[in-house]
Amino acid sequence: MRDIFSFNVLAGVLQTMLSLATPFLFAAVGETFSQLSGVVNLGVDGIMLLSAFFAFYTVLLTGNIWLGLLVAIIVGLLMGLLMSVVSVTFKAQQGISGIGLQILGLGLSSLLFKVLVGTVRTVSGFRRMRIPLLADIPFLGPILFNNTVLVYAAFLLVPVSWFILERTTLGLKIKAVGQNPSAADSVGISVNGIRYLSVCIGSALAGVAGASISISISNLFQDNITAGQGFIAVALVYFGGWSPIGVMGGALLFSFATSAQIWLQVLGVDIPASLAVMIPYILTIVVLTVSVNRGKQPAALNKQFFRGEN
Amino acid sequence: MKEKRQKPQDPNQLLSRDSWFELGLRTLFPFLGVLVALLVSAVVLLFLRVNPLAAYAAMFRGAFGSMSGWYQTFVKATPLLLVGLGICIAFKASVINIGGEGQIIMGALAGTAVALRFPDAPAFMLVTTCLLAGFLAGAFWGFIPGYLKARFKVNEILSTIMMNHIALQFMNYLLSGPMMDPEARSAGTFLAQTARLPAGSWLTRIVPQTLMHSGVYIALTLAILVYVFLWRTTIGFRIRAVGLNPQASLYSAINVPVNQALSMTLAGGLAGLAGIIEVLGVHRRIIEGFTGGYGFTGIVAALLGSLHPIGLIPASILFGGLLVGANTMQRAMQVPAALIQAILGLVVLFVSGSTLGIQQIIKKRRISVTAAIKEDQS
Repeated sequence: MRDIFSFNVLAGVLQTMLSLATPFLFAAVGETFSQLSGVVNLGVDGIMLLSAFFAFYTVLLTGNIWLGLLVAIIVGLLMGLLMSVVSVTFKAQQGISGIGLQILGLGLSSLLFKVLVGTVRTVSGFRRMRIPLLADIPFLGPILFNNTVLVYAAFLLVPVSWFILERTTLGLKIKAVGQNPSAADSVGISVNGIRYLSVCIGSALAGVAGASISISISNLFQDNITAGQGFIAVALVYFGGWSPIGVMGGALLFSFATSAQIWLQVLGVDIPASLAVMIPYILTIVVLTVSVNRGKQPAALNKQFFRGEN
Repeated sequence: MKEKRQKPQDPNQLLSRDSWFELGLRTLFPFLGVLVALLVSAVVLLFLRVNPLAAYAAMFRGAFGSMSGWYQTFVKATPLLLVGLGICIAFKASVINIGGEGQIIMGALAGTAVALRFPDAPAFMLVTTCLLAGFLAGAFWGFIPGYLKARFKVNEILSTIMMNHIALQFMNYLLSGPMMDPEARSAGTFLAQTARLPAGSWLTRIVPQTLMHSGVYIALTLAILVYVFLWRTTIGFRIRAVGLNPQASLYSAINVPVNQALSMTLAGGLAGLAGIIEVLGVHRRIIEGFTGGYGFTGIVAALLGSLHPIGLIPASILFGGLLVGANTMQRAMQVPAALIQAILGLVVLFVSGSTLGIQQIIKKRRISVTAAIKEDQS
């Protein structure tokens, strides 16, 4: 038992944690944009699945990881456009349309995978990129500065998003549309335009989240490879109080739980695997229950906007 | 229109014709959604170099082209109907239950545990107890997110999805451990399934040589009961009132959270029943993946049946048929059955996107009909 608590194991747990936080960060920060504008996009998981497949397939065919990433973003954008058309233009109930998007993504990715690939195959995805000097810092260096590009990008995304949301006109417009669409509309902000943009930003980032699973973490694709991570990402937005920084805290908490569970199994600690896998899902429910940030919820969240009626 | 003005019409007649128009519109649109989804999927099939007409023909033949196809369709429609009924109830209280899968699993596990514990009990009693256990376990699994929504305003969509994952892992744990088939263990195959259930717990197969079992009757009876419950009882009325207008319900002393939690509990119970019926009628043991995605497909069926217990019956048969047909198509054309899932997703997107449009058409029409009536009366 003693070696469980050794430095090496701790370093392993922490590094796995950073890498597992990547998809959560991209998806949840993206969803923050979407929700701040008033649209709950529950289809994140479906977008991640489809993007994960296309990123994987592109890399399998061409070997070009950057092209794979680009394709994932495009797929995410297209799915976001679909979500926007249904939920913003046609004013669908967002819970339902999001589930539709999720089922579509799940079905389509599974169909394409079975027809185009068929068996489990691996690709060589993003490699770890060691940052000189910084990586030489004892203990913390190798953990923080020896990761894939996507890990760095995910953590860079947090301050960038914070800046966009808090310090730019666009961020102000997004929040205005989510708080009081009628008022925003009356000062000439296009409510639908901003919501389209926010949903598409969120979906493109969900696309990157999908790619980070299939061409950076696992380097493979299989049916329902996200296992509900997209939904956890949506929950993280509530947990994080609609702020990129809060979301990052949540993402780290979840990836730490997952990482610790994986390491416990690797080390052969005797708990049934399926019970260990349950932990993040139970944690999500707990987190949703105790989230104290409800006051910060955008006032028009999950509400359709009818011009001139409210 | 001029003709009408000259000849005063009975306003009641006009209104009743109008409600038929509404019913027609509400029924027709979702099916249009299925057609659109099939068309879009046809494009995907073309891209995969599969002849969509041949694929769909195979699908249709498999589901509705023979008596045995019809029986298989009914077998698949049974859990869809039960899950869908629960989703209707929840939806009426404006709660969205995505937790069908988890509730199915918990219902099946509880019922199976009862059957394995009392193998020698009299058949009738055993079956009834199993069904009851299934209902209760499912209801419990629905109650948790229902309670969390009522008490802490926890988003029920997210919590039910998490409950699905938890139930699935719980089942995996039981099937690979405490509840694993002793024969599979001693034979060394370690198949993730339970022991075969005692014959006393089986639901009768009502057509020889097919899987058609008496659960079909239970589901149909419940469809009528749920209809009566929602439209002819006080609790049903309250549930609908909560969904239609929470504000007004509040002022009429209807407890909104309690009714939402109740609707979720009932929804869970019906899904749990679907789970144990599937086990007792079809597999007679729990095998991996026995839920067959019914928890999700049931949502789509409920939407397609306009969230009405009776409308749900044809909708479940349609989707039961699609599931059966998908398997035929997979064998005949090597098109993976996952295609159905993509189709289902498109149907949901279409139906949810067209709901408001329909409402607006109906609203406009109502205004014009009321105007016509007023004119007649003056």
